[in-house]
Amino acid sequence: MPINYYIFLAVTLFCIGVAGVLTRRNAIIIFMCVELMLNAVNLLLVAFSKMQFNMVGKIHPQAGIDAQIFVFFIMVVAAAEVSVGLAVIVMMYRNTHSIDVNFLNRLKH
Amino acid sequence: MGITQVLFWFLSIMAILSAILVVISKNPVHSVLWLIVVFVAISGHYILLNAQFLAIVNLIVYAGAIMVLFLFVFMLMNLNSETEPQKNRWLKIAGVIAGGALLLVMVAALKRADLKTQVAQMNTGDIGLIHNLGMALFHDYVIPFEISSVLFLSAMVGVVVIGKKD
Repeated sequence: MPINYYIFLAVTLFCIGVAGVLTRRNAIIIFMCVELMLNAVNLLLVAFSKMQFNMVGKIHPQAGIDAQIFVFFIMVVAAAEVSVGLAVIVMMYRNTHSIDVNFLNRLKH
Repeated sequence: MGITQVLFWFLSIMAILSAILVVISKNPVHSVLWLIVVFVAISGHYILLNAQFLAIVNLIVYAGAIMVLFLFVFMLMNLNSETEPQKNRWLKIAGVIAGGALLLVMVAALKRADLKTQVAQMNTGDIGLIHNLGMALFHDYVIPFEISSVLFLSAMVGVVVIGKKD
């Protein structure tokens, strides 16, 4: 497939994630939209890695492997981030009995 | 149009529709289930690009572990569509317009880019197989790999400290 189809697909998924973060007030749904954006970026990285392999793979057989390692590390960091973030949201629910992000404006007062 | 193209368009449409449904579902549990569909579609894209290791890791880590964690938290809090907080209508419209404007800017910027000749190779190429990725991971990237284990350890300690009742 030409690379621009992948670019448009990833951009669309990313923008759906951005719109979700801006429109929803449920903290966990916002968190899920952040995961969606991370996955859009991962998909684009893998597509670019295969594009680079297609360009210079005949000279360097290992071309493009760094991007896939990078995606692996993004997944590692995302898993750690999800566990800590969900713990923070559970604590917030325990204190306020709501997961509405608009309750978190106490720093304003 | 070969089978690869058909699968590409099918998986793309599935991913985009499910992503929209993640955002617009009223019931949070339905959102989680649609997000699993998005991850399965993205894993299908990885398989089409012959990145088999990442496809399996994406299914196990994201669609398996992380989504079960989300679902577990939802069940723990006993949330449903009645307790779902509602934003007022103008803020929703403004959010959708902002996201659409970002999409418009990105597409307009990338439309003229000279990328038509660049092709992402599908179905062939062995850089995504676990043998090559393992060689690269444990030769060139062994230091970041060990550092990520420290990151996991600190995340575990952090979760226990945050979640502890004081």
